[in-house]
Amino acid sequence: MKVAVVGAGPAGVRAVETLLAHGIRPVWIDEAMDGGGRIYQRPPAGMQRDARTLYGFEASRATALHAALDAAKARADWRPETLVWNIRPGQKQLNTLSQSRQGVVAYDAVILCTGAMDRVVPVKGWTLPGVTTMGGAQIALKSQGCGIGRRVAFLGSGPLLWLVAYQYAKAGAEVAAVLDTTPFATKLAAAPGMLRGPATFAKGLYYIGWLRTHGIRIAEGVTPLAIEGDETVAGICWRDAKGVEQQVACDAVGIGWGLKPEAQLADLAGIPFDFDDVQHNWVPRRDAAGRTPVAGVYLAGDGSGIGGAEVAELAGTRAALSLLQDEGRAVETAALDHKLASLARFRVALEKAFPFPAHLAVSLPDDALFCRCEGLTVGDLRVTTTGPTLPAPEMNRAKAVSRAGMGRCQGRVCGAAAAEILAAKLGCSVAEVGRLRGQAPVKPIPLVAAP
Amino acid sequence: MKLTRLRDTARPAISLHLEGEAVAAMRGDTLLTALLAGGAGHLRESEFGDGHRAGFCLMGACQDCWVVVEGMGRVRACATLAQDGMKVRRG
Amino acid sequence: MSGTRCDVLIIGAGGAGCSAALHLALRGSRVVLLERGLVGGQASGVNYGGVRQQGRNPAELPIARKSREIWGRMKALAGTEAEFTVTGHLKLARNDAEEAELIAYLDVAKQYGLPLRMVGRNALHGEYPWLGPKVLAGSFAPEDGSANPRLMAPALARAARDAGAAIHERTEVMSYAHDGALFHLRTVRGEEFSAPVLLNLAGFWGGRVAEAFGEAVPVKPLSPNMLVTEPMRYFIEPNLGVVGGNVYLRQIPRGNVIIGGGYGESNPGEPGEMPWSRPVPEATMEAARLAIALVPELEGAQIIRSWSGIDGQMPDRIPVIGPSSTTPGLFHAFGFSGHGFQLGPAIGAIMSELVLDGRTDVPLEAFRITRFAEAG
Repeated sequence: MKVAVVGAGPAGVRAVETLLAHGIRPVWIDEAMDGGGRIYQRPPAGMQRDARTLYGFEASRATALHAALDAAKARADWRPETLVWNIRPGQKQLNTLSQSRQGVVAYDAVILCTGAMDRVVPVKGWTLPGVTTMGGAQIALKSQGCGIGRRVAFLGSGPLLWLVAYQYAKAGAEVAAVLDTTPFATKLAAAPGMLRGPATFAKGLYYIGWLRTHGIRIAEGVTPLAIEGDETVAGICWRDAKGVEQQVACDAVGIGWGLKPEAQLADLAGIPFDFDDVQHNWVPRRDAAGRTPVAGVYLAGDGSGIGGAEVAELAGTRAALSLLQDEGRAVETAALDHKLASLARFRVALEKAFPFPAHLAVSLPDDALFCRCEGLTVGDLRVTTTGPTLPAPEMNRAKAVSRAGMGRCQGRVCGAAAAEILAAKLGCSVAEVGRLRGQAPVKPIPLVAAP
Repeated sequence: MKLTRLRDTARPAISLHLEGEAVAAMRGDTLLTALLAGGAGHLRESEFGDGHRAGFCLMGACQDCWVVVEGMGRVRACATLAQDGMKVRRG
Repeated sequence: MSGTRCDVLIIGAGGAGCSAALHLALRGSRVVLLERGLVGGQASGVNYGGVRQQGRNPAELPIARKSREIWGRMKALAGTEAEFTVTGHLKLARNDAEEAELIAYLDVAKQYGLPLRMVGRNALHGEYPWLGPKVLAGSFAPEDGSANPRLMAPALARAARDAGAAIHERTEVMSYAHDGALFHLRTVRGEEFSAPVLLNLAGFWGGRVAEAFGEAVPVKPLSPNMLVTEPMRYFIEPNLGVVGGNVYLRQIPRGNVIIGGGYGESNPGEPGEMPWSRPVPEATMEAARLAIALVPELEGAQIIRSWSGIDGQMPDRIPVIGPSSTTPGLFHAFGFSGHGFQLGPAIGAIMSELVLDGRTDVPLEAFRITRFAEAG
């Protein structure tokens, strides 16, 4: 049986480990130079830091995952630095690109573990050099030993905001401010549910407490106004919870509001998507065991709906077990299913504590740039609801008319905010405006004379 | 944009060329790190007149850090390891 | 009789359907346009965007000439020119046989009043220094160009609505009847529409409408394979094609190069099902290879998207246009075989003339629906 696993983050590692344990040697593909995914991304060879420094509280998990990764790499058909740019569910083929060479991988079953990226809301000035996603700021530090600047502000919401600010301060960067768009009261209201995940909750409190005791400027319930600067970031200004404008000087800003699935391959595989009200994301349809409506395609990890690294590991194992079950193998899943269900309940509380700030996208001025690829403004998108053509009733006509989502990133970066802006203008729900459909190639591939 | 080296600063030095100018970097740097820690300031220009860009996501998703490396063609700076002697143009 | 009564019912909101709705509404007809999906969602909206007369089947040239005149006043007609740009169309030959074909077409062009000039081997690489060495000759049609297919049908639809036409998107017709005087259509949701005139402008699916009225034709789905590059320095001004048509490309001033060639895969679906189409990787790669042979500078540029759609292809590669042979008041225009984008505006005008004047200046004999039965 030919099995392929796409992605070597927490979900992919555990899926491959499980397949190997049952005598299946999958083709295992990751776009990066090494496995580990984003959360447990390892620095390139030659870096000296130990796991404790790199991964903090997650050091033991990271070390265990890396051990499993290295063991599995040696036994699977491991193909790093390989982009899967298309999937053909009818033919059961993956189209790949590696070192400028095209390839085809045939499969009988495939597990897509394609991970997530930061969910962002445009802010005036967000295209200035010096602004990165929260995840980007973390990768710079973790994988490269660099801060995105000397004096860095962080703007957003969610666990990553506090974690990255803490990691920067610990590494010796000056943290100019931590600006949380979620009001304190919202987080407080969600606290009882958060206690379902006491370890995660405690870590969050630890980071916040540490930042406070080290005198770092913290503001909650803020409304971002602009990231300022000419050639590069010079400062950030916001309106505080009392409505007073504030400003701080900095040379870099990390922004992010949680994560969104990198689900383009699931889309091309023909899996239907549903709008998840709790996550406030479009997610590909799957059951709790990773099965999808498309024969032979399984999903696991954040690429199939945000659950975090711990869930991703379990879901990777579970998806591989589903594949084995569907092959008629007898496997034991009851304990795993129970654990996954329990973690899912904690996730609901976490999402309630850090809701996506749709209002920030909706209130962006017309002249704010929202699409980095095509240089489009919010006004360019809003005008699709009135003219010059038949008004856009949904996202894909808005795309056709405005070019939103037609750039190199295909709307990965601006899509979430674009949907909010359009929905507000149309007076309907964000689920009703639909989502940008994925198109091959999922990331740019070169035109070549001899494939 | 100037990346600030905070950790792992004792790595062997390498040198790149950005549009003719030497850029000092370290083994293990990505092209993005090498250029932006080395003083390049930005990596590309928006095609639509809205200014310099220097990457955004650092994980190969946003497509905002494309540069040209002699002999390799167009690459994402965040996903490409810097090598001693690389000749780079802004994308 | 319940439901909506109007003068003219139109099936299919592609370029032709939207143009027909506009032309009829401007002359005072009460028009209802019914579209299964969204306006311009299939062939009209996802095609290459060529506004080309050169190289067409001679039978299509009078329509193409009429349409080109409408394209020239699109802004006044539809409120936007839909990025229509007169860049000229340069058709290229890569061997002697292809060159001979270009030369032979000069006579056809002359006969129909289409401006066209040959660009010989020496002049070609002087005028277009970015062409690859394998290109031997070209013929240049200065009036041709390109437009943005994503804008054209929605722009015409907007103008039609402003002129009084009713446009119903996401409205699939499930049953067709004619009682001798009126057509009666019923949709999936149970809405009813009736009118004395029905225009079948439903692209590939036009074959199903014709079949419902007892005149089945051999129409097949056609799914051109398209791709687009990231923005590059703007240097390819004319719309480029080749003899044989295995690759075609154009660059828009924003810098993206749009490349077509080969075929994707598709399923038009059964009634009530959503059709789908998707590009085929091998076709994308082959089009890229052929495009680089025409314009070597394209090598290394990044492909950022690919797509396909569904058009109707007739065995003789020209559409069905004209009155039904079975049912008075029914008019067809479908099966454009990949040529419909440029023709769409004129098809709408011609339909309005057939309905309101009972005649049109453009010869339609070659497009009659009965030709397949006659041949059979």
